[in-house]
Amino acid sequence: MYKSLAAAVRDAEARGITLSQLALETEADDQGRPVGEIRDALRRALYVMQGAVKQGLTGTLKSASGLVGGDAEKLVSGPPGPLAGTPFRDILARALAVQEVNAAMGVIVAAPTAGGAGVLPAVLTGLAAANGFDDEKLVDALATAGLIGAVVADRASLSGAEGGCQAETGAAAGMAAGAATEMMGGTPTQTAHAVAIAQQGTLGLVCDPLGGLVELPCVFRNATGAAIALAAIEMAMAGITFAIPADEVIDTMGEIGRDMDVRYRETAGGGLAATPTGRRLARERLVQIKRG
Amino acid sequence: MVSLLDIIGPVMVGPSSSHTAGACRLGLLARGLVGGTPERAKVELHGSFARTGEGHGTDKAIVAGLMGFRPDDDRIRSALEIAEHEGLGYTFEKTTLDEEAHPNTVRITLERGDRSAVMMGSSLGAGRVVVTQIDGFPVEVSGNYHTIVLVAEDVPGSIARIATVLAEDGLNIATLRLTRKKKGGDAFMVIELDQYPDERVRDHIRSLPWVRWAFRLDKVSA
Repeated sequence: MYKSLAAAVRDAEARGITLSQLALETEADDQGRPVGEIRDALRRALYVMQGAVKQGLTGTLKSASGLVGGDAEKLVSGPPGPLAGTPFRDILARALAVQEVNAAMGVIVAAPTAGGAGVLPAVLTGLAAANGFDDEKLVDALATAGLIGAVVADRASLSGAEGGCQAETGAAAGMAAGAATEMMGGTPTQTAHAVAIAQQGTLGLVCDPLGGLVELPCVFRNATGAAIALAAIEMAMAGITFAIPADEVIDTMGEIGRDMDVRYRETAGGGLAATPTGRRLARERLVQIKRG
Repeated sequence: MVSLLDIIGPVMVGPSSSHTAGACRLGLLARGLVGGTPERAKVELHGSFARTGEGHGTDKAIVAGLMGFRPDDDRIRSALEIAEHEGLGYTFEKTTLDEEAHPNTVRITLERGDRSAVMMGSSLGAGRVVVTQIDGFPVEVSGNYHTIVLVAEDVPGSIARIATVLAEDGLNIATLRLTRKKKGGDAFMVIELDQYPDERVRDHIRSLPWVRWAFRLDKVSA
């Protein structure tokens, strides 16, 4: 797979194909498998994502600690805000939904990780619902997202323990922004700008879950990650460009991750996890799980 | 090489690719060592597995793996209850295995009929795992392939003989690593295979007079 988004954009534009076509061909070549098999595997992942969105929106789930669950449904039937009735609100609900399913030990697709699993399905299925796109278009989008994620994995990291939340929900926002920009008709160049804009908006984001559990703030980080992705898509589609190339923004994320203190890398030693309330909740809820 | 399907995947029961999906895969690898669901399992959790394992369902995921459930099987949630019906007796202990050990490490001691094994392994993130010790021998098994590990006396022709046994069963070797501590000492082999070797192959290798022990571990990656 590609190690540089710039190289992928150059090859796709030289051949007059989309990044998703390029990603599928490259993967098929790498694995020695036909493109159809790669599409089938991505389609299976898509069905799981769609199932998780649906399950999470019912609002009946609770996590092991009881700290999260039921918030996705509030965006469905709760009081309206300024975004009521827009795809934006629907996408926030979907992001919370998938991450609530994850926290309740439901079945999800780690894309790129379980902790960041809400962003990509929320943005892609939400925009598909709003625009009437079919599943095959979503399979294409997952291929593009996979290409972007592979570049991030190669140049930086996709692990909160290594790079903080910028490497999980941040990377997921970049993947979702790029994949959706192509799905909405953007060019490969616009796709790369969307990745850069989304990823720059999450630089420095720490991984600070209460008690070390993938619950709080992870569920909310997925919703705000989706919001950043939407902002990036809107700007890139409007023709706005970002001066620092996506590859260099991704390199910067890796550099910040390497310099990040261990307290901010999934250890519950700093950030929200170390606040007085964070510590109290973790103590109380972890005792509850043991009794459970 | 990074694959698209590693990034868009695995499909798994939440909440953590390292503490749930990876833990399940370590259980699956351990199960292979005794050829099926064990009757007894002692599970020692180290580091972050010990500290946050309960909240992540690490205990359920390991027991699920020991029963042959894969990371996307939603029976993981009720694995502890299912284990009672299946006759799998388990105990969990929190411990410090080794100061140098990876934060997400487990040691599993298994008994099934007249077979037993002790496996140590770690969950590396994004669902990737590595088995680091079997019955006290240091190994490195990723579970990306069906794998046979064995310890043999350092006799000429041993590799050829084992390759023949595998070829007779239509098994293609993907990778082979051979190490020995000293000349004439025991040779340690890790053989990764493209196809699934059944118990008969393991028994055949074990029956060779110069093989001290041999184990089979199943492929656990997607």
